[in-house]
Amino acid sequence: MVEPYLRQSALVHRGLSRAAAGAMSGAGIVLSERPFRAMVNLRGEASDAGFLSAVRAAAGVELPLQPNTTQRAAPVTALWLGPDEWLITAPAGEERVLVPALRASFGERHAAVIDLTESRTVIAVSGAHARDLLAKGCTLDLHPRAFPVGACAQTGLARAGALLHLVDEAPTFEITILRSFADYMWVWLADAAQEYGVALRTE
Amino acid sequence: MTQKNRLPEGGRIDRTRPLGFLFNGRRYTGFAGDTLASALLANDVHFVGRSFKYHRKRGILGSGAEEPNALVQLELGGRTEPNARATQVDLYEGLIASSQNCWPTLEADLGAANSLLSRIYPAGFYYKTFMWPPSFWMTYERFIRRAAGLGRPPREPDPDRYEKAWRHCDVLVVGAGPAGIAAALAAGRSGARVILVDEQAELGGSLLSRKGAIDGAPATHWLDTALGELRSLPEVMVLPRTTAYGYYDHNMIGLIERIGDHRGGSNGGVPRQRLWHVRAKQVVLATGAIERPLVFSDNDRPGILLASAIETYVNRYAVAAGRRGVIVTGNDTGYGAALALAGAGTAVTVVDLRTEPTGPQHETARARGMEILAGHTVARTFGNGRVTGVEVMPMTADGEGVVGSGRRIECDLVGMSGGWSPTVHLYSQSGGKLRYDEALAAFVPGNFRSGQHLAGAVRGSFGLGAALSEGFAAGAAAAEAAGFRAAAAPVPAVEGYEPAPQRMLWVLPSSKPLGHGGKNFVDFQNDVTAADLKLAVREGYRSVEHVKRYTTTGMGTDQGKTSNINALAILSETVGAAIPAVGTTTFRPPYTPVTVGAFASRDLGDLLDPIRRTPTHGWAEKVGAPFENVGQWKRTWYFPKAGETMHAAVNREVKAARTSIGIVDASTLGKIDIQGPDAVKLLNWVYTNAWDNLAIGRSRYGLMLDENGMVFDDGVTTRIGENHYHMTTTTSGAPRVLAWMEEWLQCEWPHYRVFLTSVTEQWATIGVAGPNARKLISELTQDIALEDESFPFMSMKEGHVAGIPARVFRISFTGELSYEINVPTSYGLALWQALMTAGEKYEITPYGTEAMHVLRAEKGYIIVGQDTDGTVTPGDLGMDWIVSKKKPDFLGKRSLARADTRRDDRKHLVGLLTQNPSEAIPEGAQIVGELKPRPPMKMLGHVTSSYYSPNVGRSIALALIEGGRARIGQELHAALPDRNIRVTVTEPRFFDLEGTRVNG
Repeated sequence: MVEPYLRQSALVHRGLSRAAAGAMSGAGIVLSERPFRAMVNLRGEASDAGFLSAVRAAAGVELPLQPNTTQRAAPVTALWLGPDEWLITAPAGEERVLVPALRASFGERHAAVIDLTESRTVIAVSGAHARDLLAKGCTLDLHPRAFPVGACAQTGLARAGALLHLVDEAPTFEITILRSFADYMWVWLADAAQEYGVALRTE
Repeated sequence: MTQKNRLPEGGRIDRTRPLGFLFNGRRYTGFAGDTLASALLANDVHFVGRSFKYHRKRGILGSGAEEPNALVQLELGGRTEPNARATQVDLYEGLIASSQNCWPTLEADLGAANSLLSRIYPAGFYYKTFMWPPSFWMTYERFIRRAAGLGRPPREPDPDRYEKAWRHCDVLVVGAGPAGIAAALAAGRSGARVILVDEQAELGGSLLSRKGAIDGAPATHWLDTALGELRSLPEVMVLPRTTAYGYYDHNMIGLIERIGDHRGGSNGGVPRQRLWHVRAKQVVLATGAIERPLVFSDNDRPGILLASAIETYVNRYAVAAGRRGVIVTGNDTGYGAALALAGAGTAVTVVDLRTEPTGPQHETARARGMEILAGHTVARTFGNGRVTGVEVMPMTADGEGVVGSGRRIECDLVGMSGGWSPTVHLYSQSGGKLRYDEALAAFVPGNFRSGQHLAGAVRGSFGLGAALSEGFAAGAAAAEAAGFRAAAAPVPAVEGYEPAPQRMLWVLPSSKPLGHGGKNFVDFQNDVTAADLKLAVREGYRSVEHVKRYTTTGMGTDQGKTSNINALAILSETVGAAIPAVGTTTFRPPYTPVTVGAFASRDLGDLLDPIRRTPTHGWAEKVGAPFENVGQWKRTWYFPKAGETMHAAVNREVKAARTSIGIVDASTLGKIDIQGPDAVKLLNWVYTNAWDNLAIGRSRYGLMLDENGMVFDDGVTTRIGENHYHMTTTTSGAPRVLAWMEEWLQCEWPHYRVFLTSVTEQWATIGVAGPNARKLISELTQDIALEDESFPFMSMKEGHVAGIPARVFRISFTGELSYEINVPTSYGLALWQALMTAGEKYEITPYGTEAMHVLRAEKGYIIVGQDTDGTVTPGDLGMDWIVSKKKPDFLGKRSLARADTRRDDRKHLVGLLTQNPSEAIPEGAQIVGELKPRPPMKMLGHVTSSYYSPNVGRSIALALIEGGRARIGQELHAALPDRNIRVTVTEPRFFDLEGTRVNG
């Protein structure tokens, strides 16, 4: 197997480990990359109970059927992306287990399992001003009444497409973004966060 | 400098915080809480600018957004801002401002000579004079702009930071006067998410300017309590210094918040301004009203202000703007200014247009023994600059003429009140229709729109009592409509201004005919007089929209806030039509000008558009390679060695790929995962060739056409499983191809069982091309057999390369023996480096997009979007071989049968060889058959691709040429601006014509 140190995250060139040393306290925003998370895209029929139970059997998580919601069965999370599309996330490396398990579980059923782990990275935006920061680039209503913990949405952020997921009350938003856009998004977020004070952190 | 007009006490300014500022190079002092205008008036500076056309001396007219005169150039260098309204500029220490539209100085302005020529500058002067010949307009315009300009735009980059953000709320309240504050309270108490905005630094609106009492205490006590409660409500956001500048569809409101303007700009990360796009479920407009000036002879001298402005300057800023005042009014509100001045020790005479004045403030003034001249007019004013006196005369009963003789009253301050116009700008922008109210002599909102509520003066409901009761009601109704329960709030008892009957005279009578002996200004900013409007009517203009454009009334940066109603009333009188029949002009955003920087925010420089990086981006940066933009991607253009020119580098790269090994990052190629039992049906639809018999593990090239039969993308698709395909597209076409197939699947063939997913970024793709490619890769893999028999051209194998899981495609965009190695993206750089290291002995050479283009052009491989432009069929490209004759249908097939797509003389892709082999034709050059000394010449087509090819040993070019295939062997010419190049038409391929190199 290939040496893990050869694996490079989308933002490795930003030198985040060095930046973390100088992280300021009391920052209104903390930015970090959460790289290599396993991400498996699922396509199938929500009306097909067999499909839903096949996912449950293989991934151990219920697929959310309400738009823009998520289901979590630690360490696996299922995010609703569309009426026939979900994203299953899990810790790094789990895609090597999840993809074959889901494919086997579906058998001849018309459903698609697509490994997108390498396509994307996750930037976490945390802190008291996280909503204010995202509001600079996102037209959605991210107020807790409209976008509670556990909500997710595929939307535009700045000038890129992104998947937003509110994971805790801090609040912490996880922004899943195509790898090639990660540097742009990072620079954009760090600049837009300046007025709140920004700290960079490694995970 | 002393503040000679500053009152010893009162006002909302902070006397413990003096602020120094420069105006026209002179140093003055004001206080925190001042605007630039109030600070200037405190220093008795009235004369602050020159008018637009006549360069007449002008003073501060108003106290807010309506200001047409006191437009200043604010600050210097990159921070400079033209046309800032001094009445809306919050004073700060070190502020620098200067007058506009004057040269060399405000006092000694040469342009004032225009005033002497005013007889030849009537309405429509520019239209009449600079009409002919039309081609001269460009010349005229330069001089007109210089003579009649306003401020100067900055020449340097703006150093300030600007932000923009989106915001959602249940109730947005615009205007924080008594009505708006009451509305915000009623809505906020229900738990609704409320935003309250006001353009001023301090919230309170008229409560700050007028004396009044609420619940038996000064109104400002109620204000403080109310603001305290609003700030305690967690879901209420209060934004002072924030203008709602535009009201768009579905309750989308644009706000501009001035965060740092009053501190002189942005500060660290804190922006100067923030633009908000607010989507509100419900909107409450409590935008108040703007006072109208009166139109009398020479009503524009410095020292003549709106009466309400005089009242505001006394009560809010503790500034009595003169020592001897005359108030001319047709209503009771004008007395507010008179009483305020009198309270400040200024002697006042009131000229009341009404013959029998009434109203609570009138009664107070009378009781105090103030001189009141009922049924009088101001016939003219005196002064060379600052007003020094007025002539008052009794009027005839109908107000159309004067009787008796005039009396001169010496004064240095005149206030005028021609009644009030509700601030219906935002209401009208939202699509609201106006209704003319005769009694109010004002346009008021005529219908109530869904999701919108109005309260107070904007509805024509004048008076403090109405403002509060309508405000509470509107706020509660808005909250209820947004789904909250709003409890009824007790409306407090008030004591203050209440409306009384008024008299409207649109032009005040005088002993001289209109326009003789003085000018009766209607639009102060654009220098439009009552006489100009009447002239426009005499010349045949009737429509308010035409008169506006002809006279330019209401077309200044103030958008006629003080002039529009006066202008159309004068128009209505002149044409003899009722005001409602004349109608109003259209209200358009922005309400007041918005800094362009706020719209741009951080969409500048590297953040103007996303920069997409490939896995080898950092490596290429380190070796000093320049990048080329391909859509949003940055792709390495070429890899120069030290001191190497681009030409030399590209030649070296192109040679290396044909003699040993070249390596290229092709990760940007679009990749689409296609799964499902109907996948092959979809492929048969979107490609022109047949896909039924592709074996698993084999690849095929395909062309895609749009409905018109025109080529719109191409690429190689590989079957990787029973019902599983891996499609590649052009780099920039990837999103378009995915959307195209999704559209057909979702709209036309929803029954097809196919799932499409973009996997472009799942794989790093490194192309390895050249005679030594197979040898190199065989050294790096143990589980992929590379011999032709097991791994032929146009097939795919899975295994490992350099220990990394890989899909290797044997395909070629160079015509060489070539492999495209796909590995998980995070290992892309590791693969690149492994290949570079292992390839050292073969002098492996990284190449960029330029060499890639040369290599494929040598072989005549097209690039969609470069050699095609959406008007090119497969036949035009000489690619009929890829269009299936057997398939019953595919997208674009029908269009290929049209007479036009079957013509013989369409433009064909051909090759061009120059007579001089070292000369490359510029891409885009027009090709002609018959050269003439100068255009026009019959153009046969143009060059789409052109390079120097070291492998062919000469320049090569591809071109789309009319009837091109029939011209092979002909001599044509590339016609360039500075020279012509003789070319010979050839087949569109130049190298390895037998096509054997792909086998290694």
